[in-house]
Amino acid sequence: MNTNSWESVIGLEIHVQLATFTKLFSSSPTVFGSEPNTQASEIDLGLPGVLPVLNKEAISFAIKFGCAIDAKISNQVVFARKNYFYPDLPKGYQISQLDDPIVGEGKVKILLGDEEKTIGITRAHLEEDAGKSIHDLFNESSAIDLNRAGTCLLEIVSEPDLRSANEAVEYLKKIHKIITFLGISDGNMSQGSMRCDANVSMRKFGDDKLGTRTELKNINSFKFVEKAINYEISRQIKELEKGNSIKQETRLYDSTKNTTRSMRSKEEANDYRYFPEPDLIPIRIPKDLVNEIKQNLPELPEALKKRFIDSYNLSDEDADLIIANKETASFFEGVLSHNVSAKSAINWITGGLFALMNKNDLSILDSKITPEHIAEIIKNTDNQKISGPSAKKLLELLWESGGNVEKIIIKEGLEQISNDNQVEKILDEVILENQKQFSQLKEGKDRLQGFFVGQVMKKTSGSASPQVVNKLLKEKLSK
Amino acid sequence: MTELVKLSLSEQLEGLKTKSFSSKELTEAFLKEIKSKSSLNTFISVYEEEALKNSSIADKNISNNRTRILEGIPIAHKDIFCIENKKTTCGSKMLENFISPYSSEVYSRLNNLGAITLGKTNMDEFAMGSSNETSYFGKVFNPIDKKYSPGGSSGGSAAAVRANQCSFATGTDTGGSIRQPASFCGVTGIKPTYGRVSRWGMIAFASSLDQGGILAKNAKDAALALHCISGFDEKDSTSLNEPVGDYINEINSKEEHVLGIPKILIDKISNNSVKENFNNAIEILKEDGVKIEEIDLPHIEYSLPAYYVIAPAECSANLARYDGIRFGHRSEHASSLEELYFNSRTEGFGKEVKNRIFIGTFCLSAGYFDAFYKKALRIRRLIKSDFDKAFKKVSSIAMPTCANTSFELGSISSPVEMYEQDVYTIPANLAGLPAISIPSGIHNKMPLGIQFLGSYLDEGKILNLANKFQNLTDFHEYE
Repeated sequence: MNTNSWESVIGLEIHVQLATFTKLFSSSPTVFGSEPNTQASEIDLGLPGVLPVLNKEAISFAIKFGCAIDAKISNQVVFARKNYFYPDLPKGYQISQLDDPIVGEGKVKILLGDEEKTIGITRAHLEEDAGKSIHDLFNESSAIDLNRAGTCLLEIVSEPDLRSANEAVEYLKKIHKIITFLGISDGNMSQGSMRCDANVSMRKFGDDKLGTRTELKNINSFKFVEKAINYEISRQIKELEKGNSIKQETRLYDSTKNTTRSMRSKEEANDYRYFPEPDLIPIRIPKDLVNEIKQNLPELPEALKKRFIDSYNLSDEDADLIIANKETASFFEGVLSHNVSAKSAINWITGGLFALMNKNDLSILDSKITPEHIAEIIKNTDNQKISGPSAKKLLELLWESGGNVEKIIIKEGLEQISNDNQVEKILDEVILENQKQFSQLKEGKDRLQGFFVGQVMKKTSGSASPQVVNKLLKEKLSK
Repeated sequence: MTELVKLSLSEQLEGLKTKSFSSKELTEAFLKEIKSKSSLNTFISVYEEEALKNSSIADKNISNNRTRILEGIPIAHKDIFCIENKKTTCGSKMLENFISPYSSEVYSRLNNLGAITLGKTNMDEFAMGSSNETSYFGKVFNPIDKKYSPGGSSGGSAAAVRANQCSFATGTDTGGSIRQPASFCGVTGIKPTYGRVSRWGMIAFASSLDQGGILAKNAKDAALALHCISGFDEKDSTSLNEPVGDYINEINSKEEHVLGIPKILIDKISNNSVKENFNNAIEILKEDGVKIEEIDLPHIEYSLPAYYVIAPAECSANLARYDGIRFGHRSEHASSLEELYFNSRTEGFGKEVKNRIFIGTFCLSAGYFDAFYKKALRIRRLIKSDFDKAFKKVSSIAMPTCANTSFELGSISSPVEMYEQDVYTIPANLAGLPAISIPSGIHNKMPLGIQFLGSYLDEGKILNLANKFQNLTDFHEYE
């Protein structure tokens, strides 16, 4: 099989759940994980006689995204009905946008190694989400939870500009970063706040014409996007190499088997019978609103990275670590606001804090450690009030239960003993207990110096100043 | 006490105020009429006990001088308006046992103004029909002669008003469903400007055309009742945020009228008695000083085909929610999801409703959308602009309400012939304009009606004109 002669062409449709306080067309709350059907009003249930009222917050969230990808924003919001039957689609149609989506053509840049690549975005439009069908809760019957029905989605459709699963993942990560930095979505893929379908087709290198595509559904993590696309690419190549043609169809990704299987063919595809939603008259988007949103747009990842590198002299790698997400970036700036060096801040965040976060599988927001804590650890280390090992211990204590840094230092006796008399007393004890080693050291066995420092540290639980121990030891040797 | 029911709304209000009779007596009198003429089949539900209880409360309010605008006035609602904890059937087997958990805005407003709800009136299934023969709860009989149809779809309301079973009744008008039955029963019916009355809780047939309104004994009663249900409602995005006119005073004010007559349309009327009656009515107004002006509405002849694309298209989506999953009729003979959908809808919907769902689904289908739906929307825009032009010259437009007097029940079996019933009423719905039908004469014992169309939000003008006509004639008076 000659896989090298085939080029894969991929486009993504990403559904982003917008973090609006209420649903797109009703005032029901949108908290994830509530008891089934407790966040569904008569509107979400599609009862006879109910009418939708558009949530204005969703409009400004969509405009924010449009501004962030440098897209043309429509001058109106106009909805259409997309008709299909499904038990968790209460009205038998989804209110979506067809013509004139709120966000028009835009673009994002992704980094592939050192190379930058621009990915075109065709459109992004607002629509309501469906509910959830649950098939494994009851014997012989399915259950429906309409808590999610009607929540705001922004569907972001890319151009077929992606050429590998890796590019698709980078693009997805970029979108994830943009929406979380904008604060328009929590981007939580495991809770379904960001879901993705991929259109995959193959063609011979050098061909302009696109091959027949399949649409992969249900790929809801960065890992699965990569796996599903790679599986589909090799499946299509196998078929094409055998001389078969690709059928235009929708395929479902099975993450347990890591395969895709046919869900419905083009012929079986729904005719959605879109038509203008008569219950919602088009709403004008004032130019002023777009300008206002544009001016108040939060700093986006690229700009932030550049600023961090320029103003704090961070390395490229450190900057990437710190802007991995919005929370970490603002945590970092929070630490810096207490007048400590960027280098120390980076070290404590990416070294100490990240390790604790990874170990406990928690995000920076879930931790009890505040930027002020980190700043105080740095200050106390810098002025040698506490030793390095004590500082680590302090970080762990703060991770466990938070609290006041000064009080913990006192309570736990973490303060560095740099008083000569105190340290000398302990050193004398150690020498008395290890007379043999001390004479060997005197005779020139230099590596025993570390042994004595270590013994003093042990007796003081790490709170003696190593510098002071070394100084006193030298004095005693020269006597 | 049967004479009480023959009083007009304003006379009833006066009688209650002066304590000539009590609300309880009035309510009892209406309930007696409902019982004694139950063979007319005008009501689907009657709330006897509750109405009597509420009338006692109203009497207390009146004696305590806490009299609201409609305090103690017994009325009826078309069974398309949801009332909390009450069956709301929409004339369909599909909703035979549907108890609404919330109330429509029209009901709430009237209820809050002190009106007493006697019950819910019969109607064509989902408001689809022009004879009141499509109701799952049986046809309604015309109180003037039981051989005849009361018209539809608000036939129950029109017949109940005519039979003195309520002071006034609510109705809805998508293509003439208030005005045609008003004409057939010899009562007054007004459909206001689209968006004047909230559609919240009013079960949708064709959302861009549906509008709630009033059936009453005369224009003066209709003016007061309409005033009570009109006004902005934030729950309905198509509701107009414009002040409501003072119809009660406007009805008696001295107004200059320039009445437009669509000459070509009138000349084409084939039924001589209708044509003659119309011309006589215009003569009466002319003699009273109303200026008559010929106008041209060149696209009006395409109203019917445009309507019978747009209305079914919207209905096909609006009725998709009746799928047997969450509420409404659910087939007991289903072993798969497909079968549950298929059988529930087959069993729950009547023939006419199915006809329209099929037509609408077809018109929206891929390949037919442009030829049918889009073209119909273009015609709708042209008709609107015809009216815009006409209203630059005239203050109101007159047309017959119907092409004929009522027909015998069961005499029209062709759906198309039935659809032609709406030929004069549909244009007002397509253009979203207010229109009122009032009695204008009798032919072979059955009433004829004339219709006045007003410009955007000019309900006051057509009510004034209708009142003028009723002051000059006695066609609206009956025993």
